[in-house]
Amino acid sequence: MKSVIFRTVAPFLTSLMTLFSIFVLLRGHNEPGGGFIGGLIAVSGLAIYGIAHGVETVRHAIYFHPLAIAGAGLFAATVAGLISLYAHVPFMTGLWIYPSFFGVEMPLSTVMLFDTGVYLVVVGSISSVALSLEERGGE
Amino acid sequence: MAVPTSSSVDLSAALVLGPTTVADWLVILPVAWCFAIGALLVMLRRAIGLHPIIAVAGLAGLVLIDALLLAHVATKGPVTMVMGRWLPPFGIAFTVDLTGALFALVAAIVALAGGIFSLADINDSGRRYGFYPFLMLLMAGVSGAFLTGDVFNLYVWFEVLLISSFGLLVLGSEPEQIDGTVKYGFLNLVATTLFLVATGYLYAVFGTLNMADIARKAESLRSGAPLMTLTALYVLAFGMKAAAFPVNFWLPASYHTPRVVVSALFAGLLTKVGIYALIRVMVMLFPVEREELSFVMALAGALTMIVGVLGALAQTDFRRILGYLVVSGIGSMLAGIAVGGPGGIGGAIFYALHSMLVMTGLYFAAGIAARLGGGSSIATVSGLYRKNVGFAALTLMLCFAVSGLPPFSGFWPKVMLVKAALDIGAWWLAATLLLAGFCTVIATGRLFLLAYWRDDAGAAVETVRLPSTVLAPLAALSLLTLGIGLYPEPLLATIQSAATGLAEPSAYLNSVFPAGGLQ
Repeated sequence: MKSVIFRTVAPFLTSLMTLFSIFVLLRGHNEPGGGFIGGLIAVSGLAIYGIAHGVETVRHAIYFHPLAIAGAGLFAATVAGLISLYAHVPFMTGLWIYPSFFGVEMPLSTVMLFDTGVYLVVVGSISSVALSLEERGGE
Repeated sequence: MAVPTSSSVDLSAALVLGPTTVADWLVILPVAWCFAIGALLVMLRRAIGLHPIIAVAGLAGLVLIDALLLAHVATKGPVTMVMGRWLPPFGIAFTVDLTGALFALVAAIVALAGGIFSLADINDSGRRYGFYPFLMLLMAGVSGAFLTGDVFNLYVWFEVLLISSFGLLVLGSEPEQIDGTVKYGFLNLVATTLFLVATGYLYAVFGTLNMADIARKAESLRSGAPLMTLTALYVLAFGMKAAAFPVNFWLPASYHTPRVVVSALFAGLLTKVGIYALIRVMVMLFPVEREELSFVMALAGALTMIVGVLGALAQTDFRRILGYLVVSGIGSMLAGIAVGGPGGIGGAIFYALHSMLVMTGLYFAAGIAARLGGGSSIATVSGLYRKNVGFAALTLMLCFAVSGLPPFSGFWPKVMLVKAALDIGAWWLAATLLLAGFCTVIATGRLFLLAYWRDDAGAAVETVRLPSTVLAPLAALSLLTLGIGLYPEPLLATIQSAATGLAEPSAYLNSVFPAGGLQ
């Protein structure tokens, strides 16, 4: 897209949306939000960046192929379920640990790992679709 | 993110608190395993050289897991695991009984054979388009459908396998394939929608989606609730999936276009998932309604058989003939479900398992025949017998098996079905079964006569050697067929107790609700 304003704003907008998407992902455990909606917000950010600076730039920026990201997400979600095996509880039972980093207690759970997996699957698969559509539509 | 608060709530009313043993994990492991391997393959999308190795090893692992699961279920009875340890009916339950475990094991064997066959059938471009990830995800869907104990979850697994099957169907992106995929996709989406509508209706009536819960509540609801409508909806939805007459036309229209190994897997797996779901819903959940619909089902089964064999007789394309034979086999299974009782249901289960092995093998044979003869029309291909005698012998075994001739696996289910039909006085159904078998003999005989025995006039035929990755899966499936045909007792005994377990699901219910459960 030619507009200078858009091209200048797009990187800031994309970084803000990505940050916000991670916020929404982490917020989702007990409040509205979660991996799916967070992933969609991140993809919208990537799509804006793609419209402004071209698909190649986006592919370069996210480094991994979108489908590989989706695969990693699926893998993370499966692993989140399988961790229960070691705790002798059924598949996908939510398990928590509370490690402290620099004196701050940080609750981590398999639920969050699963949600992160969902986030990655959504980011990967939808951005794969969006990027190839933009690629074809631009010509 | 809030930290879960610790309080003195009695958790035993909501959660499974007893420890879960590793053996119980076998229930969920087939699905989780397939997902993990599939996800790994998607991540390694550039390393297509590794894909076949990982996938075949993964499928071999799946066979092992399913075999252990079957052994576990055979000794311990039905096993249940609820996701996230919530008590059923609120937690989604995976409940495996003998029927589910048998189906899952045979599906895994078929998939392993397909995985090995694909080494020679799927080229680099197919691998790059993701054949192996799709195969693993398809198996996740198929295993999930066989092992789940929740109706909505069953729908989800149908979706998983449907999406994966789309991916496999368009592999190659030829116009013909797209055409087949559109027909397949459209009909299957209609069936899936019907399934979803029926499930919504079911939930409105029962207030639960857990199969065990439905089975025990059906009795008290029978007088007031529209269970007949529900059952009829399910019959239509699953009948479409299984390609029963009159909604069978999508199968022959789409199964001859994709790669050989893809049609082989579809013929072996997908329609049988429909049959399995039909057996589960009709026999375990709504036995009284099955009795009511018996005649309609028997009629549909008989027509499916006849339409199938007539189609097979009319076609000249090897794979199209096989597509119609799949349809005809589905008719036999429907007849078994319609007849009911241990003989009918056992016969239907046995026939489904036999059909999974045999139809996959026959599609492999069609692929090899196309490779040897240079085409798929039996009007032009000839002299395959001279080109490779071993291959011709294996094909002949499978042709005998699919026609229901002894000493192969097709014989026993046919005997069971005919006997069960005669026992309830449905002589016309028994006659149709025998007639369909007879016509199948003619169809496969014609196939063998033209493509294998007929000599090219004047052309010197040289023996062609086949790579072992192509011949081994075919040989394995043929020998398995022969083995089951010669020594059917262990399988027959297992199937009999599986059928009894479906008709009297008290062990299944006990596994889900150990202490009689809530309410």
